[in-house]
Amino acid sequence: MTQILQLDGLSKAFGAVTVADSLSYALNEGEALGVLGPNGAGKTSMFNLITGTLQPNSGRITFAGEDITSHSAARRSRSGIARSFQVPQPFTHMTVFENAMVAATQSAGLRRHEAERLCIDVLEQTELLDKANDRAGGLTLLNRKRLELTRALCAKPRLLLLDEIAGGLTEAECTSLIATIKSIHASGVSIIWIEHVVHALMAVVERLIVIDFGKKIAEGAPKSIMESPEVQEIYLGIEADA
Amino acid sequence: MTNHIRISRTSSAAKLAAVLAALIVVILIAAPYWAGRADMRLMGEIFLYLALASLWNLLAGYAGLVSVGQQAYVGFGGYMLFALTIFAGLPPVVAIALAGVLGALISIPVAALIFRLRGAYFAIGTWVMAEVFRLSFAQVSALGGGSGTSLPTDIVRSMADGRSEREALAYWLALGAALVVVTAVYLLLRSRKGLALTAIRDNELASASLGIDIWRTKFFVYVVTSGLTAVIGALIFLQKLRISPDAAFSVNDWTAFVIFIVVIGGIGTIEGPIIGTLIFFLLRETLADLGTIYLMVLGLVAIVVMLKAPQGVWGFISQRFNLQLFPLGYRVERPKDS
Repeated sequence: MTQILQLDGLSKAFGAVTVADSLSYALNEGEALGVLGPNGAGKTSMFNLITGTLQPNSGRITFAGEDITSHSAARRSRSGIARSFQVPQPFTHMTVFENAMVAATQSAGLRRHEAERLCIDVLEQTELLDKANDRAGGLTLLNRKRLELTRALCAKPRLLLLDEIAGGLTEAECTSLIATIKSIHASGVSIIWIEHVVHALMAVVERLIVIDFGKKIAEGAPKSIMESPEVQEIYLGIEADA
Repeated sequence: MTNHIRISRTSSAAKLAAVLAALIVVILIAAPYWAGRADMRLMGEIFLYLALASLWNLLAGYAGLVSVGQQAYVGFGGYMLFALTIFAGLPPVVAIALAGVLGALISIPVAALIFRLRGAYFAIGTWVMAEVFRLSFAQVSALGGGSGTSLPTDIVRSMADGRSEREALAYWLALGAALVVVTAVYLLLRSRKGLALTAIRDNELASASLGIDIWRTKFFVYVVTSGLTAVIGALIFLQKLRISPDAAFSVNDWTAFVIFIVVIGGIGTIEGPIIGTLIFFLLRETLADLGTIYLMVLGLVAIVVMLKAPQGVWGFISQRFNLQLFPLGYRVERPKDS
């Protein structure tokens, strides 16, 4: 199997605070990887390092066979890495549709009519088509999260990074989200998913890693990871019901 | 179901506005045949301010580059007109176009320098650069040094035969410049680059993560704006026929009034600078005789608008009536039954 993403000894520290501590792992093309870890463990920072909004102190990131450590965030986006932000970052004065168009034209590089068609299809998939003409600034939290996913998908990613996209959703909303992510995964997109809603994660991912203090402390099949004592200790009170 | 969806980029209000605008433009083109000499001078000045305001609005309202030093390019363009016609013997119209090219070129090293600065520091940096320009041109004794120079009469005469023909030409050039600038800004903002620019205005973090090269986009806008500002500068001093460093690089005339126009009219909209220019000249023409009181009234108007309608007059109208005369966005239209 070919690797789509590889992290080699990635380290980043802000003074005494270490957010990545010689982090290494690889993701296979088409694989879905789950990321667990307590708050402040460095999960979002890891995404910032992969997408290029944060520069590592040392280490190397390889994407689709190319060393992208020195590439800008914009360039990485155009080469096929898309993310959803944990705290939604909509273009508040633009409509939902225009938000999607930014991704389709700037990141995926589509021409106008192709871009419009893709945006409509994705908006239908993420159940935002009814809100297409609404200003993004006026959306509810759920719809802002949907918009994050919409924009990421309109970028036509090869690698999709999801940052706590299921947090704060109701059970029914969560079920429909899981179905959406499963179908994205089935279409061949590689996924890394940070999530505290463990049952959602377990329904999709094939492998789990656990991060604490910027260090990878466990890696393996979801079930065995959830039963390991280290994870039980960190996640006291959270049970894997899958 | 998705097959029935249409994407519209216009509205009936915008179509009506376009027809009206075309009508007004035709009337304005014919002005030399119906307007007096003083009115034409005033209208020419209005067009040039409209162009300056539209350019500053693109720079500050969309690219987030709050420059208080665009007088650098107004003055540079003016001086290039004088230098190219006097020393190189170029016809004024050619010199005006070349002034734009040179303005864009000189803005490249300036951008490389001041783009290292952020926010308020950027603003101060642009002002400092404008002062550098002013002091540099004051050193050129061939252009009159600190006291300036006039455009030689044979160059002025070479433009057109009689005085009224000359004034008509200057008027048409000003009108053309304003039309070109407003149209260019509109088309740029409707393009994919415009979509990127609007995205940057709203959220830089998300823009970078969606493939937009922020530095390059802002740099492009800065260079284009500076080049066009130099063209307008050349036209301004073609009307005045006399140039001096203090007049050419005046922060009051070419930046403070322009910021007033854009903020009053509505920053970050194409309509804003148009409305702002009309308000500014309305105030100036009715109050200019009052001297300092006129400037106090301007300040008062600015304060009231910023408190009561921070989005400017057009921002207020457009929100109230959901109106856009220059539609930039996309509307998703679906049949009612879906």
